[in-house]
Amino acid sequence: MRYLPLEPADRQAMLAKIGAPDIDALFADVPEEARLDGPIRDLPNHASEMAVDAAFRKMARKNSAAADMPFFLGCGAYRHHVPASVDHLIQRGEFLTAYTPYQPEIAQGTLQMLFEFQTQVARLFGTDVANASMYDGSTACWEAIVMARRITKRGKAILSSGLHPHYVSVAKTMARFTRDQIVHSAPELAAEGDTDGLLDRIDDDTSCVVVQYPDILGRIADMSALADKVHAHKALLIAVVTEPVALGALTPPGEMGADIVVGEGQSLGVGLNFGGPYVGLFGCSQKYVRQMPGRLCGETQDAEGKRGYVLTLSTREQHIRREKATSNICTNSGLCALAFSIHMTLLGEAGLRELAALNHAKAVCAADRLAQIPGVEIVNESFFNEFTLSLPLRARRIVRKLADDRILSGVSLNRLYPGEAGLANGLVVAVTETTSDKDVEILAAALQSVLESAGEEVSV
Amino acid sequence: MSMNNQGGPTRPDAVRDNAEKPATGTFTGNRALMLEEPLIFEIGAAEETGVDFDEAPETESRLGGLERNRPIGLVGLSEPETVRHYTRLSRMNYAIDLGLFPLGSCTMKHNPRLNERVARMKGFADIHPLQPVDSVQGALEVVHRLGEWLCTLTGMPAVAMSPKAGAHGELCGILAIRSALEARGDAREVILVPESAHGTNPATAAFAGYRVEDIPATPEGRVDLAALEERLGPDVAGVMITNPNTCGLFEPDMKRISDAVHAAGGLVYCDGANFNAIVGRVRPGDLGIDAMHINLHKTFSTPHGGGGPGSGPVVFSEVLAPFAPLPFVEKQDDHYVLIEEETAEDHHESSFGRMVAFHGQMGMFTRALAYMMSHGADGLKQVAEDAVLNANYLLRSLEDVLDAPFGGSGPCMHEALFSDKGFAEGFSTLDLAKTLIDEGYHPMTMYFPLVVHGAMLVEPTETESKAALDEFIGALRSVVERAKAGDETMHAAPVHAPRRRLDETGAARKPILVWKEPEQAEAAE
Amino acid sequence: MARYFTEDHEWIDVDGDHATIGITDYAQEQLGDIVFVEVPESGAMLEQGGEAAVVESVKAASDVYAPVSGEILEGNDALADDPALVNSSPEEEGWFFRMALSDASQLESLMDAKAYKAFVDSL
Repeated sequence: MRYLPLEPADRQAMLAKIGAPDIDALFADVPEEARLDGPIRDLPNHASEMAVDAAFRKMARKNSAAADMPFFLGCGAYRHHVPASVDHLIQRGEFLTAYTPYQPEIAQGTLQMLFEFQTQVARLFGTDVANASMYDGSTACWEAIVMARRITKRGKAILSSGLHPHYVSVAKTMARFTRDQIVHSAPELAAEGDTDGLLDRIDDDTSCVVVQYPDILGRIADMSALADKVHAHKALLIAVVTEPVALGALTPPGEMGADIVVGEGQSLGVGLNFGGPYVGLFGCSQKYVRQMPGRLCGETQDAEGKRGYVLTLSTREQHIRREKATSNICTNSGLCALAFSIHMTLLGEAGLRELAALNHAKAVCAADRLAQIPGVEIVNESFFNEFTLSLPLRARRIVRKLADDRILSGVSLNRLYPGEAGLANGLVVAVTETTSDKDVEILAAALQSVLESAGEEVSV
Repeated sequence: MSMNNQGGPTRPDAVRDNAEKPATGTFTGNRALMLEEPLIFEIGAAEETGVDFDEAPETESRLGGLERNRPIGLVGLSEPETVRHYTRLSRMNYAIDLGLFPLGSCTMKHNPRLNERVARMKGFADIHPLQPVDSVQGALEVVHRLGEWLCTLTGMPAVAMSPKAGAHGELCGILAIRSALEARGDAREVILVPESAHGTNPATAAFAGYRVEDIPATPEGRVDLAALEERLGPDVAGVMITNPNTCGLFEPDMKRISDAVHAAGGLVYCDGANFNAIVGRVRPGDLGIDAMHINLHKTFSTPHGGGGPGSGPVVFSEVLAPFAPLPFVEKQDDHYVLIEEETAEDHHESSFGRMVAFHGQMGMFTRALAYMMSHGADGLKQVAEDAVLNANYLLRSLEDVLDAPFGGSGPCMHEALFSDKGFAEGFSTLDLAKTLIDEGYHPMTMYFPLVVHGAMLVEPTETESKAALDEFIGALRSVVERAKAGDETMHAAPVHAPRRRLDETGAARKPILVWKEPEQAEAAE
Repeated sequence: MARYFTEDHEWIDVDGDHATIGITDYAQEQLGDIVFVEVPESGAMLEQGGEAAVVESVKAASDVYAPVSGEILEGNDALADDPALVNSSPEEEGWFFRMALSDASQLESLMDAKAYKAFVDSL
């Protein structure tokens, strides 16, 4: 067995040192009825590296990779070009095979990286501080709602209809058990979001209002008025960003008065990975630092006065505060945070702005092109790199048809909102720097052709 | 007041005394291969970049009038500078690739590189979670096959794959327990947790809305069955028990504990953080367990990455299976189906709902399945046996110099627990740990579990050779002898690491969590 | 003015029906470097033995209980900026909170300085 260094002679010598007759003697505490007499049945025995590699190649081939076809999916996970050096660096064993930096003297690499990551996230969000990462955007969003409850001592969270439906589902699942009240309704296929409706709902029982920016349909709304009203009622404004690249072009939520900004950082450095692992981003105002969930890295100095970094404010965390902790989170998303941070370092201010401008310009061109198709309308007035089409037919059918023709055309709102008939004709299309003009042309032509043939079916 | 004074000091004496900075001996401050590295914000610039883009087409902005009009405050580096920055940082880290990493309960075993290759195949890494299911059949197959392996290895009928890490898996299990109890109209309020449990256990129970009470332990380091039975009653929803436990011992009464909890109407959660000690040899399903999470980043070797990502699938008994979260993968004939919100209503209506966006940690699933297929049923059994053999070898090779509080109660499982008893006055576990750093080792887990004074929890894992163990034993014995003899130089350790002891007190009193330009930092003083 | 002590290592200065509460020199020494103190908000009503404040070192968080029942008059805001006061002056400047006693008879169960010293020596 290639991963196990002990040889039979080693095992004999070690058993002799221990004073055990055989290996079974070391499992003496296991009750008789729970002992297995041999290897577990119904599973194969060990396999060579070559055989396992081949088995995975076979399974991988059954999937349609984004690189191999025109690809337009977004809705919380975006395909961007990740520079080659990112993957090289995160595979260095000293990053890949290190543990959580509990011994700071021999973990300065991870700790300094986290300090840089926290600074990058805080600056991107326009918040005072940020933590060292959460699991993903959806769990970060729920943690923010819990944090708002702790701060305001109120249990009613108002969720915008533009919030990613999976994020809403996570909050609803958790709220059932924590007895929080979640106020939410499904979005409409309209140019504007529900800012006005949210303003009307804020009251003195409200702990927080949660808005997504840009929202699930790609729309962009100013949250300043919401911030003012929320603060007038001593509640908090939570902004959710599922596409951090957008903040290379947009005013950050922190600048518009958001108290907590959370996000999904997958766009930078991490890749699609069929939904995980991703990296949750979490920033907030300085005054709420002690109510934050998750790990925090802080600057300090060592015994010789040299600058160094440590995990800090640990008394918020489960390993010290146990049932009184701000969260139960332990392992977070360290390596994905590293990938995010390296990608951000490669981009820098200029690069991120350029990347954002390129995404937006390509999306504008694509929207204009798709709008020329008879029967297709662009729902959005504003968007960054993702917008919603209103089609004359159920979008899901079209998505499947186009997938058969090797075009991954977008996310049908029916997939995300199965019960909402009013959304069934909506198709969310994302366009990034990886989308070529030719990809857009192929999609436009195929979409037009599907709609035309469907139209003929109807008229016959 | 309640007082917990373990774990100090957290401020090196030199900092306290404002000692003068000693000369490093070199002009640069570097020491040959040990290179100092500034922050990116000190070496980068706003206009510098390591990425080239095509020119954007000319268009009108449709950003709704919310164009960013102030700088972000980021800096960039060219690619060579970026590679050098992060390579230099990496060299300030200890890692399994460098040496034995005996962090008890954390299971720092070798991370096979085949797993890294497999996870990066574009058919897994470059697919979107919301693609039509027909276009991701291979990915769903991986999720389903991994689930089958986990069910077979644990002897449990169902599995939830979406939890993102161990603590998230705990939450999943506790929510299922609460859902099952509520479905039978049974609103219980209390979860019992042993004092020796990982902090995540009580934090999870509280996060799920439960009140937490302690389960007492016997002097032998096990759950006190009689005391537990006495506490059980109509208000107890269940217990959370780590088995093998955090003292590195198997709970021999586990089945009786489960029976007692079930008889009182409660359910049993098992923290599977230490499953690596029994994988392939014992099936938790045979011990009456209702839910257990499995840390793929512990037992099944997915890399820890300096603090994640992890993955925490949860196996369920028949009683809890109907309440498992969405989504999950089902095999229907030769086709894999993803059961999500819309499909669940027909045949999974009791599910407690969604815990996370999308479907879980695919990148960890591929790695863990590659690990399992590489080992097979025979290899996994050998994994548990070698892990336990290595830990017992350490225990018996050290117990003549180091106090092993439970060494007399028989063999340990995958980790050995020691205390600071016998150290000279003024010498602590912390001193020993920091001295081990100078010997080239990452220290063991310190001050956990809390039930032992100055605890040291040592987990070698099965991927260490006998020669590596013997070298570690030699180093540890020498350090222990120094602690017993009162070698004052230990208080200064480490002296050979990239940094000396760091001032954690100062960091916590005046937290500096983000970098500020020097002029801003001064203004904030 | 009388000073009382509890077995939980708190001191209570009583002046009429007002009391000032903090932790003892022994307690601060056991806890090590204090990095954060959370004091109760004024107006809060506390029962004897209820959680009143939290004191944190780097590696531990400890609860401070109300030694007697009553209403919180004020918390020591100086501790927010300088938690180290608890280390440097635990029984004077490092006080935690002041309260109005609702039941002075509860004081009878507490220790005086001599009894507390004997208690600490026995630990």
